[in-house]
Amino acid sequence: MKTAAMNRPGEQAKQPSPSVVNPAAERVPRYAPLRWAPWLFLSPFILITAVFFFYPFFHAIVLSLYQTVGTSTRAWVGLDNFFFILGDVDFRRAVTNTTIFAVANAALLLPISLGLALLLNSGKDRMKGVFRLILFSPNVVGQIFVGIIFAVIFVPRYGLFNRFLHDLLGWGLEAQWLQDPMMVMPALVLTNIWLYAGFNMIYFLAALQSVDQTLVEAARIDGAGPWRVFLHVTFPAIKPVAVFVLVISTIGAFQLFELPFALLRGFGPANSGLTIVGYLYDAAYNIGDLGLASAVGWILALIMLTVSVAQIGLSGALKDEN
Amino acid sequence: MNLIHWVFLALGAIGLFLMAVDPRRPQLALRYARIVVLCLVSVVIVTPFVWITCATFKIGPVLMEYPFLPPVALWGETLGLDNFRNLFQPRSTLQGEVRFGQFLLNSLFLATAATVIQTFFCSMAGYALAKYRFRGRRTLMLFMLGTMMLPGMLFLAPTYALLARFGWIDSYLALLVPGAVAAFGIFLFRQAMLSVPDGLIEAARVDGAGEFYIYWSIVIPLVRPMTAAFCLIVFMGQWNSFIGPQVFIQSAYKLTVPVVLNQYVTQFSEDYGLFLAGTFLSIFPIAVLFLALQREFIGGLTSGAVKG
Repeated sequence: MKTAAMNRPGEQAKQPSPSVVNPAAERVPRYAPLRWAPWLFLSPFILITAVFFFYPFFHAIVLSLYQTVGTSTRAWVGLDNFFFILGDVDFRRAVTNTTIFAVANAALLLPISLGLALLLNSGKDRMKGVFRLILFSPNVVGQIFVGIIFAVIFVPRYGLFNRFLHDLLGWGLEAQWLQDPMMVMPALVLTNIWLYAGFNMIYFLAALQSVDQTLVEAARIDGAGPWRVFLHVTFPAIKPVAVFVLVISTIGAFQLFELPFALLRGFGPANSGLTIVGYLYDAAYNIGDLGLASAVGWILALIMLTVSVAQIGLSGALKDEN
Repeated sequence: MNLIHWVFLALGAIGLFLMAVDPRRPQLALRYARIVVLCLVSVVIVTPFVWITCATFKIGPVLMEYPFLPPVALWGETLGLDNFRNLFQPRSTLQGEVRFGQFLLNSLFLATAATVIQTFFCSMAGYALAKYRFRGRRTLMLFMLGTMMLPGMLFLAPTYALLARFGWIDSYLALLVPGAVAAFGIFLFRQAMLSVPDGLIEAARVDGAGEFYIYWSIVIPLVRPMTAAFCLIVFMGQWNSFIGPQVFIQSAYKLTVPVVLNQYVTQFSEDYGLFLAGTFLSIFPIAVLFLALQREFIGGLTSGAVKG
């Protein structure tokens, strides 16, 4: 089949192509279209970036110094937006909730994903495909839909989850997952694990499959058990990907909004499901103060940048010790 | 003691038996444990899907009475399409009568349009970065990586102000144009196009092919798996997108499915069947697309991460 062959560019690379032999290929950069063609191909990107990235980016700095009512009226307030946000009890609540979620994400979700990837990687190929498909499948469902579904699953007494807990442990039939402020975060973390365990697993699995098997064999022959093989051979090999997944997944965790918003039909009892982005959304959409929303955006960007740099820096420091 | 306990007991007993059969080399028991754990996790993952499928076909009064389906003897009076009939009923809003079918069409249109636009523009930019050498290429790629680290919500307020100035609020332009070229997509296409042999492109050039012709008729067909994966990623992203339509669209008849269902959850908070049926309908098309393209999709997600 023609298309099948076309889909495998690697095979074509092996065939000698005339231009490799042809010394004229050296002079190709002088060919005029090579100068302007890339810029023409990039022009939609440059145009959209100029209008919808650079302008809003700098406008966000200006806006954060104003208090606005909708888009029509605004008043200069200087840094007062930032002082207001940093002193606001609700914002502190939002930062606390988001941080707890991000820590749970790193401490529970990622180890589970890695564990699943290790389990999956140690088996045969045919089954691997099926399990990978099943474990990944929640990802195709949007956070809003997941929130709607799990809001009903967590209903006290009749909800599926409470029924299951009751059948298994004899406890939890009346648990108020989404009504009790203390239970909201566990429910959120559980839902998030259901949703993203498979997603992160895909990355770990891809990394595990590229680990040099001769190293693993050598360690085994030298008498290392499965745990020591993992600690001293496998994990160092997949560490770059692990750091990548940690950073990406933490960036995602700090932008949490839609899942709790749909799950709790708002921000939950006592704002127990309020996140930083939720606070931003509230400022922009409900209060209608674009200046306040921009200021929250900058604080969020700063927090995310600090955390990402710290994560990359710490993992680099650990690397040097080894 | 109930069914769940018996299942766990049986699984544990089989494990113990396998360890007894082969005490010195516990490989059999380990292989068994691995399968059991993976199966249990799979059951946990699949259960909400099975549950919502059952829930949508149960009529209102019995919806929460049975965890899954009622006993077969009662199917006649407890199962039906009531929830869907209820969902598709015309509803009056301030802007006149609206039907749920309209929202499905809106979402379908937006997702398709976004897919076409983003695939075209991202593949063009990815091609430029993969197959041309020009000044500023590295800077451009570093800049794109940098933009991916910024929270999208930082742009919500200034973009709203900008769109208001353009008069694009309540228009689909507000949802399609700002995200028309995503850095993430450019990287995916660049990664895939790097493996297209330069010789092929040069040969076409020697034969007199134009630059756009080379991109469109030679390179794009070669990265078809990546294109399929990216189309699915964009389609899903737009179909599931919430904040954009929620903030930028005001007319009731222009809303999309996630926004409307989120409203229904508060508006009809006791009528689980109604919004669960809506959720079921909005997951279904995406699930079918995913099953059809899953290999390309999962491959596409990891292509940039592991090689780089």
